[in-house]
Amino acid sequence: MNIIKTDVLIIGAGGAGLRAAIAIAELDPSIQVALISKVYPMRSHTVAAEGGAAGVAREDDSFENHFNDTVTGGDWMSDQDAVEFFVHEAPKELTQMEHWGCPWSRKPDGHIAVRPFGGMKVERTWYAADKTGFHMLHTLFQTSLKFPSIQRFDEYYSTDLIVVDGCCRGATAIEMRSGQMHTFSARAVIIATGGAGRIFPFTTNGAIKTGDGMAMAYRAGVALKDMEFIQYHPTGLPGTGILITEGSRGEGGLLVNKDGYRYLQDYDLGPPDPSPRNKAMELGPRDRLSQAFWHEQKKGRTIKTPHGDVVHLDLRHLGEKKINERLPMVRELATAYVGVDPVYEPIPVRPVIHYTMGGIDTDINAATSIDGLFAAGECACVSINGANRLGSNSLTEILVFGARAGQSAVQILAADSPQVDEAAIHEQANAAKARIADLFLASGGGETVSGLRREMNDTMESGAGIYRTDASLRESSAVIKDIRRRFADIELQDKSNVYNTDLIQVLELGAMIDVAQALIISALERKESRGSHQRLDFTERDDKSYLRHSLASFVKGGDPEISYRDVTITRSQPGERVYGGGEQK
Amino acid sequence: MSNRIVELEILRYNPETDEEPKFQTFSVPCAEDWVVLDAINYIKDELDRTLSYRWSCHMAVCGSCGMMINGEPMLSCKSFLRDLPDRIRVEPLTNFPIERDLVVVMDDFMDKLDSVKPFLIPREEKTVDEGEFLQTPAQLSKFKQYTLCINCTLCYAACPQYAHNEGFVGPAALALAHRYNLDSRDVGRSARADVVASNAGIWECSFVGACSEVCPHGVDPAAAIQQTKIASSVDYFRDMLIPGRRS
Ligand SMILES: Cc1cc2nc3c(=O)[nH]c(=O)nc-3n(C[C@H](O)[C@H](O)[C@H](O)COP(=O)(O)OP(=O)(O)OC[C@H]3O[C@@H](n4cnc5c(N)ncnc54)[C@H](O)[C@@H]3O)c2cc1C
Ligand code: FES
Repeated sequence: MNIIKTDVLIIGAGGAGLRAAIAIAELDPSIQVALISKVYPMRSHTVAAEGGAAGVAREDDSFENHFNDTVTGGDWMSDQDAVEFFVHEAPKELTQMEHWGCPWSRKPDGHIAVRPFGGMKVERTWYAADKTGFHMLHTLFQTSLKFPSIQRFDEYYSTDLIVVDGCCRGATAIEMRSGQMHTFSARAVIIATGGAGRIFPFTTNGAIKTGDGMAMAYRAGVALKDMEFIQYHPTGLPGTGILITEGSRGEGGLLVNKDGYRYLQDYDLGPPDPSPRNKAMELGPRDRLSQAFWHEQKKGRTIKTPHGDVVHLDLRHLGEKKINERLPMVRELATAYVGVDPVYEPIPVRPVIHYTMGGIDTDINAATSIDGLFAAGECACVSINGANRLGSNSLTEILVFGARAGQSAVQILAADSPQVDEAAIHEQANAAKARIADLFLASGGGETVSGLRREMNDTMESGAGIYRTDASLRESSAVIKDIRRRFADIELQDKSNVYNTDLIQVLELGAMIDVAQALIISALERKESRGSHQRLDFTERDDKSYLRHSLASFVKGGDPEISYRDVTITRSQPGERVYGGGEQK
Repeated sequence: MSNRIVELEILRYNPETDEEPKFQTFSVPCAEDWVVLDAINYIKDELDRTLSYRWSCHMAVCGSCGMMINGEPMLSCKSFLRDLPDRIRVEPLTNFPIERDLVVVMDDFMDKLDSVKPFLIPREEKTVDEGEFLQTPAQLSKFKQYTLCINCTLCYAACPQYAHNEGFVGPAALALAHRYNLDSRDVGRSARADVVASNAGIWECSFVGACSEVCPHGVDPAAAIQQTKIASSVDYFRDMLIPGRRS
């Protein structure tokens, strides 16, 4: 098998992976970086982020404010040392992006402009109109072209990590163009493969967000942390799940039910100021807004459409000029995909799966429990996001912890001996290859990727959605087990080598099943309600038992094993999450 | 789902088994609000798992899903069936070698993007602690439009020059170079001129403007090229008239 030798292997070329690569190249241009991605870097899903990236910018703001908003927003599940580090690094990283050319929106005097975002006390969300992720990703990608030490492997699909004597030594990957399997031998590996929203049927996440890296780390022995916390964004377009950014509410958009009533005031989010004050009403946190929708639906106050119930997001009062200037993409998307021009009509929206708070268990240095293995971005769980991520924190997180992962990798290279056990690498690479070869050989089972994927999606929505119960989760767990069993009977229809997307989708489904199972069992074991994890049978937050991260460890052929680790608390003791008028009292 | 049945004629090609590309027709029951990509996904999921194509975001921003749809380069995730007839021909983007089915080889485009040095070459060095470079909204709006390219390469499929001469740097890459050249923070214009103002660069463009017509984000590469031509001519004459300026 082909062996490609490098110093640091980065799996994933979205915002986090690119930021890590650049950090390494800047620190030491003699370090070889291999950057692999299953899509061309600029296709990575960071491209879809709209609203903005949080970092303290204004005189009347402070690190402490950003810290408090993040910790409260996360319902005290965030590790506070990590949050502290994060809020301090945030403005530096965002300024660095500016130096690399990111076209941030500006104030008339030429300084960076910031906009309000849900759950944030002071305006601190940097934005590039409503295409922030797009601009960040392209800026990072284009900047990465400056550095000859970054060698890209575009459209390489990574399948397995190589771990020798407790130390991560590389990974295997399929070159999609040829179908050839390559072995990357490296002295440090960074996983930056993004989230796993595609385990659910209705999501803002692109087709590529299938949790591959999470599953790779999980199978290699790293725990998945806090997987039960998955975020519903309150405003997705019905049918496609395309996101209407929270920036639209930051600019003054209002949510109303079928009676034109601003229903959020009924859920402790009032008062209904004509233009909501920060952290109130439409600018409340996402978990609370999505839950409010669920209750409105139960009360029959939502609007029926062929693609499920919706409420209305009304931007009309902002006027055409402001909409064009600040929210051009919202206008484009709503007009194209639901035939509604927000200048003249309210946009139909409903909650949609958006962000994986949980992920690969990492510490503040982006390190995992395996030596030489790091993770950053949405695939990782540091955790700064806790039980509910605040909008605009994750674009910043991919920069802060992407860079941190790069720095950490460089540090261990200095300490590590370049000696590697090549025979052991070969052996593992061959095992990975054999697993793929088996997929080609399997026949007669009759299961299809699309069929099993649909069943998985459906059970995730019905059993592990906005509200969960013991019974619903047990049901989903049984279904997933059944799907896992039948997965072995999948028969590849496509047995060719070149650009075989049937094969890639089977591998992606395998990853999603692992991630889905970890999510369900973590959710089943967390017998409380906190942030985005809401149980109808355990409606209260229970700090005594559950102010702890859940860690799901892979068990071959069975349910994952769940253990717990205390949340790191430095200066903010768990309190009540108060939004709306209550905050100002 | 409505009762509409759409016939998709898709150009198929598997280099391992096929001598040459050929069309295959699929009948797809379509919902009213579907885009062409939804119909293709239906084929992949329900009818033929061997069909290969690229897509990810389904919101016209990742740039993966460009195809020829009834002869026009379009994003398949933004091409609504309601605007198309019941028979739709889908082919890989022209002017690119076919890798397989609707997947084209992107190497040439990626090299060209790289060749124009599409990154900020700053006017002055500044540390992060010294804060941001100032840029007024007016300065930003000068180049903003040219930042919007999603690298979907529809413009390369539309470009008659690129069809004739694959050495041509092409619309998207030239527009991106222009984007940095116009940025008030950048001084890289002369560094980019080697490629941009070379024979394979702007001068190759005959200003047909097809690139701007097919661009899904209104980037207007033709205007970028035209403006670069003017700026380069100014450079040229200035160099001629002020001896010793360029040594
Ligand atoms: C529609 C939308 C809007 C958003 N808006 C905002 C916002 O306004 N503000 C904010 O802060 N956050 C926002 N988010 C969240 C934020 O965009 C993401 O969390 C973040 O961009 C993730 O970046 P990443 O680098 O971790 O992953 P990604 O950008 O998803 O990149 C993952 C990379 O991994 C690669 N990869 C994956 N699997 C493999 C494999 N098996 N082999 C090889 N490569 C692989 C992919 O090719 C890709 O390059 C939004 C998210 C969505 C979906
Ligand atoms: S799928 Fe991303 S542009 Fe069409």
